[in-house]
Amino acid sequence: MTLDLEIAEQQQSAEKTRLAVIDTDIHNFDVYDDPIFNQIITRYLAPEWQEHHKMIGMRGHYGVGYPRHQPNAARTDAWPPSGRPPGTDLDFMREQLLDAFDMDYGILNPLTGAGGQVNREYGAQLARAINDYQIAEWLELEPRLRASLLVNYEDAELAAEEIHRLGDHEGFVQIILVARTQEPLGRRKYWKMYEAALEYDLPIGIHFGGNAGHPLTGGGWPSYYIEDHTGMAQSFQAQVASLVCEGVFEHFPELRIVIIEGGFAWMPSLAWRLDQSWKRLRRETPYLKKAPSEYMQEHFWLSTQPMEEPRQQEHFVQLLEQMDNGRKLMFATDYPHWDFDSPDRALPATLPLETRRNIMAENARQFYKLA
Amino acid sequence: MTSSADTPQLHSAATDNGHSPKGGSRTAAQPVNGRQSPTPTYPVIDCDIHNEVSSIEQLMPYLADYWQDYVRGSAFGAPHANDYPRGAPTSARPGSMPAEGGQSGANLQLVREQVLTPWNTEIGILNCSYRVQSVKQEDLAADLATAANCWQIDEWLAPEPRLRGSLVVPSQTPARAAEEIHRFGNHPNFVQVVLPVRSYIPYGNRYYDPLYAAAVEHELVVGINFGGAPGHPPTPVGWPSTYLEEYAGMAQVFQSQVISIIAEGVFDRFPDLRIALIEGGFAWMPSLMWRLDKEWKGLRSNTPWVRRAPSDYIRDHMRLTVQPVGAPPDPRYILQTIEQLESDTLLMFATDYPHWHYDDDSEAWPVTLPEPLNSNIWSENARSFYRL
Repeated sequence: MTLDLEIAEQQQSAEKTRLAVIDTDIHNFDVYDDPIFNQIITRYLAPEWQEHHKMIGMRGHYGVGYPRHQPNAARTDAWPPSGRPPGTDLDFMREQLLDAFDMDYGILNPLTGAGGQVNREYGAQLARAINDYQIAEWLELEPRLRASLLVNYEDAELAAEEIHRLGDHEGFVQIILVARTQEPLGRRKYWKMYEAALEYDLPIGIHFGGNAGHPLTGGGWPSYYIEDHTGMAQSFQAQVASLVCEGVFEHFPELRIVIIEGGFAWMPSLAWRLDQSWKRLRRETPYLKKAPSEYMQEHFWLSTQPMEEPRQQEHFVQLLEQMDNGRKLMFATDYPHWDFDSPDRALPATLPLETRRNIMAENARQFYKLA
Repeated sequence: MTSSADTPQLHSAATDNGHSPKGGSRTAAQPVNGRQSPTPTYPVIDCDIHNEVSSIEQLMPYLADYWQDYVRGSAFGAPHANDYPRGAPTSARPGSMPAEGGQSGANLQLVREQVLTPWNTEIGILNCSYRVQSVKQEDLAADLATAANCWQIDEWLAPEPRLRGSLVVPSQTPARAAEEIHRFGNHPNFVQVVLPVRSYIPYGNRYYDPLYAAAVEHELVVGINFGGAPGHPPTPVGWPSTYLEEYAGMAQVFQSQVISIIAEGVFDRFPDLRIALIEGGFAWMPSLMWRLDKEWKGLRSNTPWVRRAPSDYIRDHMRLTVQPVGAPPDPRYILQTIEQLESDTLLMFATDYPHWHYDDDSEAWPVTLPEPLNSNIWSENARSFYRL
């Protein structure tokens, strides 16, 4: 953003080769009106749901149009020569991402809108189909990849069924939900899903996106894509507050949550405000045994992209200091989307090497138990 | 309408309130009511004191006969928002409930005793949170607003020269809100139009242009205040179960409104507009600036009217009151947060009376800052922003 950041980027790239990279947010499926996406679904969708899919197809909460910045919200250079949509061509993704940055591991987060379907059963079938697609076309072909298990999170029983079906598969390292759910994720309607995830020691990833039918902000529907896109950080904050304030972690002390593609600079001020409010209002939530910030510290991890970029590098250093030196941060690119954070440019070079090493790979390696 | 609506100047208080802005005469600590004033050295401008309507009966004298019948006939009690649950400690600090009953913040004498006197407040800005925005009946909402403003003049601004008022407007219908602003906009002691942060449509939308145009015409600040009840959920992900979430989460609604106001070009359409963010905290602002500037860098072609980095618009056009501080456990972090704002002029002191955020007045602003930042926050930012 400023001149000194540009200079720092150059200094960093020389040193860059020493750092391992694990990318915690790669997209291999997205919901777009595209024949190839449709082919993928029909290839893996259960036979008895094929007619439903052909006749009705996906039906979510309509009436909300924010035309995206780029076709498929993708980098213009991420369209594979094969003609497939960005992110769906393994060879091209290897070339452009895994090999280009010599990544140790990458974690796939398919964006299928399974939980956003008004037909819950169909949503669950979509999730099944995409999980089978991930096994057959990604996990079995590329040992550096791990995947997130897609579920219809709006129906915890259906979600739990899918977790029981594939929770033992070693390629799946977390359950994936989206930030904009129908209800705040702390509510009890979601708890059976958390219970199932814990049986397989799988963390819950909450990823950017979703549309559950109510306004994108507490102040109504905004007008522009930049508001939709920037506004996701407010949805994430509401989810963190909900999971803490509803007592989810008192009930599931082992539960781990990953905030994916939400940025992270809002986390300290959210913790401070929740703590201050809780001090006054604690009698409302007698089941909470400690300050909100303590639950946040124990149970939340965050992927870095889209990483906030202060004008002054020292402010980024302060931010990390407020966040336990980035101990809970895990690097992500968001490939193939337009707001890609590049592994060799994202983190300011002024950060201590150890901090950069942890954020770029070691935190994720430990968290996801990657070799 | 009563005559006070049409001729507000009759109720205007003396413009010389006897509290000269010169701070020189206020150098020594004066024990007030047996205690040390927490800020002996600086003039204090308190940007958030609530004056609440306790009962619809207080507004009856200002309502047309038709509405009086309507209110009695329908047993209408008050606009229903409940954004300050009566028993919540955040809603009312100990001792702030009037002995005669009614709302905390409803009694001028208590405001004098609990805020203006102990703080040696030079000027206090009232934010009446009478939520006419929650009344879907448009005509009733508009006339309730007028009544509330007449009541503010008679019961608050006229008897107490240290106070300034904020106009209650039916912001859900901006044309009617503009009428209300024109009705009272020339009253010397209204300095602001107050809107609840939770709106039905985000405040950046062109829908509100008549409201902003009127505010600019009368050189009034638009203050966006905690609360509101537009009917849809307070979070982007539905209704939370606890007031704790709603209370703490109000900061996210402020964030959404800032995004909307910048992205939808309000300051490009109204270059003279000033917006105060009241009772929303400020610790979140640096992270929002960083994120928004980054988004703008990538997406600015979608909103070409936004010609500068969003954080520059924020620094030029917006101010934030300091309560509730949302203070971190380590005081160094709050200094870092203030530094990260990259501005000496963004923060304005407020007690948020009668809401209870600190146990002792000395904790109301927990850090000591270098000059001129220190006196800016206590008074000078507000003086210049509100043109006091």
